[in-house]
Amino acid sequence: MFELLSFLQLQQLWWMIVSLLAGLFVFLMFIQGGQSLLFSLPENEVEKSMLINSLGRKWELGFTTLVLFGGALFAAFPLFYATSFGGAYWVWLAILFCFIIQAVSYEYRKKENNFLGQKTYEMFLYINGSLGVILLGVALSTLFSGASFHLDENFFVQWDTNLRGLEALFIPQNYLLAFSLFFLARLSAGLYFLSNINHASLHVRIQKMLLKNTLLFLPFFLGFLAWIFLKEGFAYDTSGVVHIEAYKYLSNLLALPVVAVMILLGVVLVLVALYLGIFKANVHGIKVMGVGIVLAVMGIFLLLGFNQTAFYPSLSALQSSLTIENSSGSHYTLTAMSYVALIIPFVLAYITYAWYAMDKKDIDEAEIRDASEHHY
Amino acid sequence: MNELASVDWSRAQFALTAIYHFLFVPLTLGLSFIIAIMETLYIKTGDAHWKKITQFWMSLFAINFAIGVATGLIMEFEFGTNWANYSWFVGDIFGAPLAIEGILAFFMESTFFAVMFFGWNKVSPKFHLLSTWLVAIGSNLSAFWILVANGWMQYPVGMHFNPATARNEMENFFDVALSPVAVIKFLHTVASGYVIGALFVVGISAWFLLKKKELLFAKRSMVVGATFGLITSLFLAFSGDESAYQVTQHQPAKLAAMEGLYKGESRAGLIAFGILNPNKKLGDNEPEFLGDIEIPYMLSLLGHRHVDAFVAGLEDLVYGNPLHNIPSASERIANGKIALQALSDFREAKKMGDAPKMRENEAILQTHMKDFGYGYFEKPEQIIPPIALSFYSFHIMVSLGMWFIALFALVLFYILKRDITRYPLVLYAALWSIPLGYIAAEAGWIVAEVGRQPWAIQDLMPTHIAATHLGGGNVALSFTLFAILFTVLLIAEIKIMLRQISKGFEGGH
Ligand code: HEM
Repeated sequence: MFELLSFLQLQQLWWMIVSLLAGLFVFLMFIQGGQSLLFSLPENEVEKSMLINSLGRKWELGFTTLVLFGGALFAAFPLFYATSFGGAYWVWLAILFCFIIQAVSYEYRKKENNFLGQKTYEMFLYINGSLGVILLGVALSTLFSGASFHLDENFFVQWDTNLRGLEALFIPQNYLLAFSLFFLARLSAGLYFLSNINHASLHVRIQKMLLKNTLLFLPFFLGFLAWIFLKEGFAYDTSGVVHIEAYKYLSNLLALPVVAVMILLGVVLVLVALYLGIFKANVHGIKVMGVGIVLAVMGIFLLLGFNQTAFYPSLSALQSSLTIENSSGSHYTLTAMSYVALIIPFVLAYITYAWYAMDKKDIDEAEIRDASEHHY
Repeated sequence: MNELASVDWSRAQFALTAIYHFLFVPLTLGLSFIIAIMETLYIKTGDAHWKKITQFWMSLFAINFAIGVATGLIMEFEFGTNWANYSWFVGDIFGAPLAIEGILAFFMESTFFAVMFFGWNKVSPKFHLLSTWLVAIGSNLSAFWILVANGWMQYPVGMHFNPATARNEMENFFDVALSPVAVIKFLHTVASGYVIGALFVVGISAWFLLKKKELLFAKRSMVVGATFGLITSLFLAFSGDESAYQVTQHQPAKLAAMEGLYKGESRAGLIAFGILNPNKKLGDNEPEFLGDIEIPYMLSLLGHRHVDAFVAGLEDLVYGNPLHNIPSASERIANGKIALQALSDFREAKKMGDAPKMRENEAILQTHMKDFGYGYFEKPEQIIPPIALSFYSFHIMVSLGMWFIALFALVLFYILKRDITRYPLVLYAALWSIPLGYIAAEAGWIVAEVGRQPWAIQDLMPTHIAATHLGGGNVALSFTLFAILFTVLLIAEIKIMLRQISKGFEGGH
């Protein structure tokens, strides 16, 4: 059935899948958000352990989604994979370092004879949860702000700054998305803890934290929206020639009403979830938040790639900018991959089932103190 | 910094990260099945001792798994960061297995890993057992897809070159996924993991027996480990033999380097043991070995399944051998240059909108495509892989493979027929064989990857073309950071592992 789709339709389908993965990943960043709260939220060791164990059963999902995100980009948009990872070398390596240290920390933190000491592993989690998220935000923001590269006749990337990606750190606007993500992750973390940990005084503190971080999140997020909707964008015409166009992302929003609704609905759901958390300590807030984040992030990604827009603009060689049409895999590969992607609903189903089975009972102090259970 | 230095640093970095990663992968592959077998025994017998045994090995599994995940992340992104040109040139083929690995295998592994560890009191025993098996299956599945990608680099199939995009595009997914090289690579690699898992279990159990601790637990573990080890080490040798056959068919220069074979011969013998002559040069009359023991006919049999068959040596491949229809490297270089020129003329014609000229050049390109990558070389000798490294690695791997078969047989005999605690020599041999498993596996990767040089993709793309233009300074720095970080994590892992082992089976988890 997928063979019948046109090349462009397949490219759009895969951009939608990549956008969905991005949305899921941003939702799963509640794990990072939770890690960034390790030194401020809990009041004692047991509480800290409860947080870490609550996150510890989910961290691999986020990690695996990141891996899949990379794999899907490689397969569906290999020119982006090659250009951005090879070009913006240091930003991506810095991000990877932040994730490498996460992967050992849950397991090694409490182990005897662990060489670096418990504090160091907690620091690792904190770095992953703060710096890791901020760097990712900066890297993603370059999809709007652009990067300096050009492609040679073999489509091999030449990066045009010596900083190899770190130059993105010097564009102030990139921090709007970076800090939006950082605070958003903490907000989801709060809602997640409410749903998953049974501890009254912790709940009160979480509600306070939610309020504070909402107030910090909103200006950054609104600033980000204002920036992208007021800025110029990178459009291409039917022959593939790229040019700069004023208010490109805003006109995409108006041209794609479904996407506009997705983003709007997503934002509303996020606000509803925050209301549920801050004022009701509601255990279902995280679900509302999840749907909201996936919708909003997916929508924003669709603005980037659809409607004749270059999703990875080159500032130094406009015509090297990447679009979903000039950077994708072949018709055959996208078709084959689409068949494989049919498995995704099945994967989501068993993840949900396992999640449900494991979370039937909340985490409480008794469980953390019970030595017959495996915990982190 | 010049670009050559950058390529070498990227190679060093990839080797470093891959070697580290493969210190942890095999144990994940092997131990996951051993644990699943143990838990099955627990569910079948209801004997709580089996549960303790399962949980002990599982706690070691988790320590190893965490660092395997940590080192694995970088492998996926390193294709992009350090091998960007390669990533474009083959992304249309290579990316798909990687994405499928993520969808099919990683989620299975990580979801059920959580159930396996935290679910003992949360889900039913049957569902728990299922989860343990799914972790094993998931981790082995993920190995499959990455080895499909690797197999394709050794023997590219199922694609055609598209001059308009300057890359290879997939034509047949099943040719790629079920290529004989990919399949045998998968079997040999996972089998090496099973053997390492078995060596680990048998070796640590031997340590308990030497210390006269935890006798019941250790003996039971040993029986499971040694049985699993004997079966899988036999399979490992069998799959290795088939690997060598595939290498001979598709990568003759690698085989020649593995065997130190300069002049090809019919009825070629296999070197069982040899010391290479460091003064030997291509084309001179020096002997190849300072000393060696040869098994007659074996190489012809191994490589071509026929005692009389001709096995090509390095000189045949470099200078050509008309008698056996082997073109010289110079001819192939000349063909490759024609292909590269045709690609460039194709582009020119495309710019001009000259369709007939485009067709003409595409036709030239396709006829010479099989030598495409040779066009990047200047000297015929450049096509030779590092000989000593390939040769010694191959021989170390094979010798150790033979030793493991003997070891498992011995252990099994002594534990089933004798009181093994009275044979400390056997126990020490088992204990000291743990590192040997890792050495054999790393040696195997050196054979496969160093032996493939100078190619990133056999005959299509040389390694020095594949690398990102990064500048040596950048990669030297990232290499150093990786070396420090991974070494620190490795030390932590080993320390934690040793402590956990010494706590024994009753020590909690
Ligand atoms: C017993 C005799 C053995 C033979 C004849 C054998 C043969 C081979 C050959 C020919 C290759 C190169 C394949 C290629 O380049 O594509 C290889 C690779 C490899 N070997 Fe072995 N091997 C043996 C034992 C072992 C043992 C004992 C281990 C580890 C415990 C091992 C682990 C590996 C690994 C990890 C690779 C790299 C992956 C691959 O290419 O399959 N081998 N082996």
